[in-house]
Amino acid sequence: MSTLHSRRAAKVMLTPSVLLLLAWMVIPLGMTLYFSTLRYNLLMPGATPFVGFENYYWFFKDPAFGVSVLNTLILVGGVLITTVVGGVLLALLLEQPIFGKGVARILVISPFFVMPTVSALVWKNMFFNPVNGLFAYVAKLFGFPPFDFLAHAPLFSVIVIVAWQWLPFAALIFITSLQSLDSDQIEASEIDGASKFQRFIYIVVPHLTRAMTVVVLIQTIFLLGIFAELLVTTGGGPGVASTNLTFLVYVRSLLQFDVGAGAAGGIVAVILANIVAFFLIRIIGKNLEA
Amino acid sequence: MARQVTNRYRVLVTLAAWCVALTLSFPIIWTLLTSFKTEIEAVASPPKFFSFDWTIENYFIVQERSDYFHHFWNSVVIAIGSTLLALVIAIPAAWSMAFVPGRRTKDILMWMLSTKMMPAVGVLIPIYLLCKDFGLLDSRIALVTILMLMNLPIVIWMLFTYLKEIPGEILEAARMDGANLKNEILYVLVPMAVPGIASTLLLNVILSWNESFWTLNLTGANAAPLTAFIVSYSSPEGLFYAKLSAASIMAIAPILILGWFSQKQLVRGLTFGAVK
Repeated sequence: MSTLHSRRAAKVMLTPSVLLLLAWMVIPLGMTLYFSTLRYNLLMPGATPFVGFENYYWFFKDPAFGVSVLNTLILVGGVLITTVVGGVLLALLLEQPIFGKGVARILVISPFFVMPTVSALVWKNMFFNPVNGLFAYVAKLFGFPPFDFLAHAPLFSVIVIVAWQWLPFAALIFITSLQSLDSDQIEASEIDGASKFQRFIYIVVPHLTRAMTVVVLIQTIFLLGIFAELLVTTGGGPGVASTNLTFLVYVRSLLQFDVGAGAAGGIVAVILANIVAFFLIRIIGKNLEA
Repeated sequence: MARQVTNRYRVLVTLAAWCVALTLSFPIIWTLLTSFKTEIEAVASPPKFFSFDWTIENYFIVQERSDYFHHFWNSVVIAIGSTLLALVIAIPAAWSMAFVPGRRTKDILMWMLSTKMMPAVGVLIPIYLLCKDFGLLDSRIALVTILMLMNLPIVIWMLFTYLKEIPGEILEAARMDGANLKNEILYVLVPMAVPGIASTLLLNVILSWNESFWTLNLTGANAAPLTAFIVSYSSPEGLFYAKLSAASIMAIAPILILGWFSQKQLVRGLTFGAVK
């Protein structure tokens, strides 16, 4: 169907997008790579000598680095487990014949549209606050001393906030996926005498596997970069107790002005994200062929 | 699937679902209620649910104290500006890949997607320094550009999946009838693509509205959108829960309402068509 004429037009129309994205990827990333090999601190103007891998060496030796990588993994892992398990249960519940389903669904997905800074502030002040927070009130009601969540369980608290934001996303995808479940298969299994639990394990879960993979991978991309929630609630603390890799790079580069170390950390973050992206791209690519 | 459902079962699952739904949305509901209280009532123990003197005073205080509308307008300009710009660049690209696919089209699509995987923090320093050198720190132009580039892959992908569903024969027929490329796009393609374009627009406005890495790192008092505006409420000054709540509601209300209309597109846009 495509004539030579339209082929040329197509190329012209594709060019701006390709060039822009290429520039967006190559230029800043190239600069980060370059900065990561310099001794470059904004507080010390003057020469920025080439130091090779020195920044990486110090970044890896920094005790905060190990902690931040571990925290990144705990944050991502904690939120993933909560949202995938919770999301599947939520999707199954919302598929039942309930009254007022539309409104209930809107209520469930609403947290996803709350901007990260707002949800972090609301949770921090109105729920986690050890004096005026609702959790402190509930604790007192049952005769427990109030617990300072953000000071004593900072990672757990952040996981709660972030999981609250992403649970609707996971649920929404599982709901969509459940709707394409083959009802003949379910009926057949009923006739064959499968119990509800067996049906769930052998039919529903395998059907959802693909949706789960997609949820895990997409959320991981976003969760590796958790930033606003930390900035507003714990500030990465106490100490570095809730600093993830993204926040560590932010602290090194924009608070301590150490461009070299920050850049080295940025490159480490890019490599980490690319490992995840590699798998995600393959799965989506496979789907494109189908 | 015609299955017998007893009334008792329906009531039971309805109760369960509503309990869960109200629990999950409780932080939002609680914030909404608190925004109508006085500061004293906002921290009352035991907490007051409905029996308080309703007031809308807090909303006025927030506007007065931190100029809400200034930041609201920044959010509007940044979210809608970056989305429209992305659409203008993406529509031709998506069109050409959907209707004149070449051997490398799939590779190009995949590569575009992979640019989305780059963590923002990996390019924080160069972008920050570039903005500084060009005097674009704390400017809306910088954010419009950056968010446009960030969302461009999603926009192209979404448009591509929508356009692909339009049968090529219709375009062929238009061409047979003597339509040139311009007319073909303007009178045949665009009317059919409007729903797809609208959904893409909606999802991207939502994503840009809530973006909180670049908006926090690259803005100060001037260009700060609502994501950054709300941070000024993070340091407590005496009793401030009611004001914080009012500011929060003002920041999320516009996008919350848009979001309710975008449930379906959300799945499609964020999974790149991998879950249907």
